[in-house]
Parts: sequence; C-alpha cells; structure tokens
Amino acid sequence: MMYMCLGVPARVLNVESKGGLSIAKVSIGGIVKEVINASSEPIAPGDYVIVHAGMAISKIDEGEVEAIFKIWGEVEKVIESS
Amino acid sequence: MDLAARVKEIYEGYNSSIRVVEFINKVSKRLSERGIKAINIMDFCGTHEWTIVHYGLRSLMPKEVSLVAGPGCPICITPGLYVDYMVKLSFEGFKILTYGDAYKLPGTTNSRVKSLYQAKALGGEVEVVYSFIDVIRIARENSLKNYVFFSVGFETTMPAVAIPLYSNAVPRNIMVFTAHRYTPPVMKYLFDEVREVNLSGVIAPGHVSTIIGSSAWSFIPRDYKVTAVVAGFEPVDVLAAVLIVLKQLLVNRPALVNEYARVVKPEGNTYALRAMNEVFERVDSYWRGIGVIKESGAVFKDKYREYDAASQLGLKDSAVVEDVAPGCRCSEVVLGLSKPTDCPLFMAACTPENPVGPCMVGSEGTCRIWAENPPLLTDVELDHSILRKR
Ligand code: SF4
Ligand code: SF4
Repeated sequence: MMYMCLGVPARVLNVESKGGLSIAKVSIGGIVKEVINASSEPIAPGDYVIVHAGMAISKIDEGEVEAIFKIWGEVEKVIESS
Repeated sequence: MDLAARVKEIYEGYNSSIRVVEFINKVSKRLSERGIKAINIMDFCGTHEWTIVHYGLRSLMPKEVSLVAGPGCPICITPGLYVDYMVKLSFEGFKILTYGDAYKLPGTTNSRVKSLYQAKALGGEVEVVYSFIDVIRIARENSLKNYVFFSVGFETTMPAVAIPLYSNAVPRNIMVFTAHRYTPPVMKYLFDEVREVNLSGVIAPGHVSTIIGSSAWSFIPRDYKVTAVVAGFEPVDVLAAVLIVLKQLLVNRPALVNEYARVVKPEGNTYALRAMNEVFERVDSYWRGIGVIKESGAVFKDKYREYDAASQLGLKDSAVVEDVAPGCRCSEVVLGLSKPTDCPLFMAACTPENPVGPCMVGSEGTCRIWAENPPLLTDVELDHSILRKR
C-alpha cells in the first residue's frame, strides 16, 4: 500500500493533457505511474520530481542540492569562531 | 564531488551523517558550557518522526537534546465524527473512497461500527484509493454510481482535489468530504497554548512547505524567537536540521532556514496555492484530541457546493463529540507532551492490527511508528512486550 503522506522522488517520462488535466507519467524506482502534474514550474521528460498523494508537487532543483553542503560550511565556521 | 555523487551522498551516504553527528556533539557541548542544557526540538511531521525512529537518530543525540514528535499526522487529528458520517453513508447507497491511511481510523467512541474497515466487512461500500486520480477514473467508469471521497490531509493532499475541481475535471457523480487542515495554525497554537513543550527549535514539515512555501514559517523566529528549519526526509537532512537549530542557539539568533531548498521554494507551489485558494476557505476547526484551532480547517467555497458532501448531504461539523478512547493518550502524544511508551495501552490493548487511538492508525501516527520500529533509544526503556510481539 502507498501511504498518503509519503513523498518520493520520481523521474518524469512524459507529460500530456488528459481529461482537462495535465498528467505526468513518472517512474518511481522503476514502477510507472500516472500522476497529476501539480508543479508550478514546467516539467519535462528526464526531470526529477517529488510525488506525493498522486501528484507531482515539486521539481527537484539540482542546483540546490548543494544547499545542504553550503550550510555545513557555515556551521563549521561558526563553531571555529565561537 | 560531481553532482550525481553529491545526490547519491544525500540519499544513500552515511559519511556525511557521521560528520553531522560529530558537529552536533561539539555544538551541544559548547551550549552546555554556556548553561544551555535542555534543548527541545519538535519534529512536526510524521515522516520526520519515521526517519528519526527508523534510523535510531534519537540514540545519536547528546543528552541535552530531545527530539519531540509533533502533531504532524493528519490521520491522528481527523475527528471521529467524520468517520461516523462516512460509515453511515457507506450503507446508504454511496461508495466511500479514501486513502489507505484512513481505512482503520476509529470513529467516535459510542459508534457501533468502529471504522470504514469494519463497515466494509459488514457490507458497507468502501474502497481504498491511492489518489484522487483513481477516484476520477473509477467514477468515470461507473457513471451511475454516486461516490463520496473522504479527503483527509494537510496542505499536501489539498491540491489533489483542488486542482481537478479548479480545472473542471471532476465528474458530477463525485462528492468530496473535506477533513483538510492547515498546519501553521496548529504550530501557533502550540506556542500560544501549550507552553509546557518549551521548544528551542522546530523541524518544519518538508512536503507541506513544498506547497505553502518555507516563508509560511517565518512567524516562528519572528513572533516566538525560535529557529525553524524546513528539512528533507533523509537521515542526513534531519540531522542537519538539528545541527542548524543548535548553531542558531550558539550565535543566539533565531532564524528560518530552508535546508530542503532542492525541493522547497520560499513562495511554495504557486499553482497549487492558487487552486486551493480558489476552491477552499478557512474556518475554525476541531482537531481530534486537541480542540478547536482558529482558521485551521479548509471547507469548500460556495461556488463548489455541488461537489461538497457536507453541504449536499447535511453533514454538520461539530467539536462536541467523544472521539478519544478511555485511557488513550493520543492528545498528549500529538502535542509532544507524552511519548507512546508513556501510554499504558501501547502494545498491550493498542496495536497496529487493533488500534485503540488514532495515533496507532495512520502510517505517520507516532504510536504506529514506534510500534513498528521499536526505537533504539537511550532515554526509553524497551518494553519487553514489544520484543515478544516481534
Ligand atoms: S502531510 Fe507531508 S509534511 Fe505532513 S506529515 Fe505527512 S508527509 Fe509530513
Ligand atoms: S498507544 Fe494507542 S491508546 Fe495509547 S496513546 Fe497511542 S494510540 Fe492512544
């Protein structure tokens, strides 16, 4: 069973309009699913998104993956200087 | 490291986690030298609690730092009265569709049929779905049948109904019963009314923030002088959030930090928010075991009343109901005042197979998480009954 609260990363296979909705076909670790495209940014095949309760809610921004490494750098500085 | 390696490190790596734990210990030692020795950090979200329990992160914390589970499971706080309504409709010609998490949720204490699961066993029409798209598909295939979707959840599940309604893509034989709740109001309530929790930091829900934006939490440092970190769900994300809280304590500067910037934007998902604001309006609503919280519930605007099961079928909302079973300490558990192991019913009368209280039902309920992952804690004695059951 898929739990409603689980958000998982998935790869976009294609995006099309169906029955008045934008539907994304995504692969979640190899399992292919159709989900509502609820992303506010355009998504395209090959992008990674977070899928939650049957919707692609956000595109994973690869540039920002570094954010957490940056934060550690700051923490290191603070510890050294305090 | 190239990007792929860095992504791999976040999702699979242990080296970074070990480094973060070293930092946490260093900073907390500094803090304790300065007399700051009791640091309560609330992990609001059920998925964070899962990560913490599953990976035994509490056992990695220095003794000064407590991770306190918060009200972040929408199933736990869904009123029992709503379940009674759905159970009743399931015997009156409507087919009830809902998320798996809500299937075993108990109704009010005096209702004869305890849950939708029992209703189904007794001949009620109930089906579990993964998402609202399934609801639309099922209703299209059987256009003569009337469906009621029991729509529970925080801001993360609201767009699932709001977007299709807003896009005019919902067949007429579906009605929606909304049990939706907004999360910032309960966080405010915790600070204003439940002072005993005494928080030094909050790990804000990551996926809720994807929708509402990290800036939705700016009131926490501004009004309550407490650091809030929007965090992802990998062990390293949660550890980094703890570290950030400690670091802000060290420099004595409460702040809002978005650790999950790879997914969460300050303004959130503007498309989903637009649909939600178009379809729903805020009302004061009852949270099971907690009470009525100001402007915390989402009900349909008049424009969408044809789809609104509450107004079409006269299902009145009310807070005056008995929906906390005798002995159940769920209301304290969701507010961070008790641990599941403080409850005498935990793993005795109350188990995931036979839940007594709502916290044992949803996959994100704190009691359920603790039941399924006997925590490797230093501060909680492992109850032998748990070990025997495994
Ligand atoms: S709704 Fe999302 S943020 Fe909230 S508890 Fe569930 S997974 Fe966490
Ligand atoms: S263990 Fe069961 S009875 Fe006890 S607080 Fe949790 S849900 Fe309630």
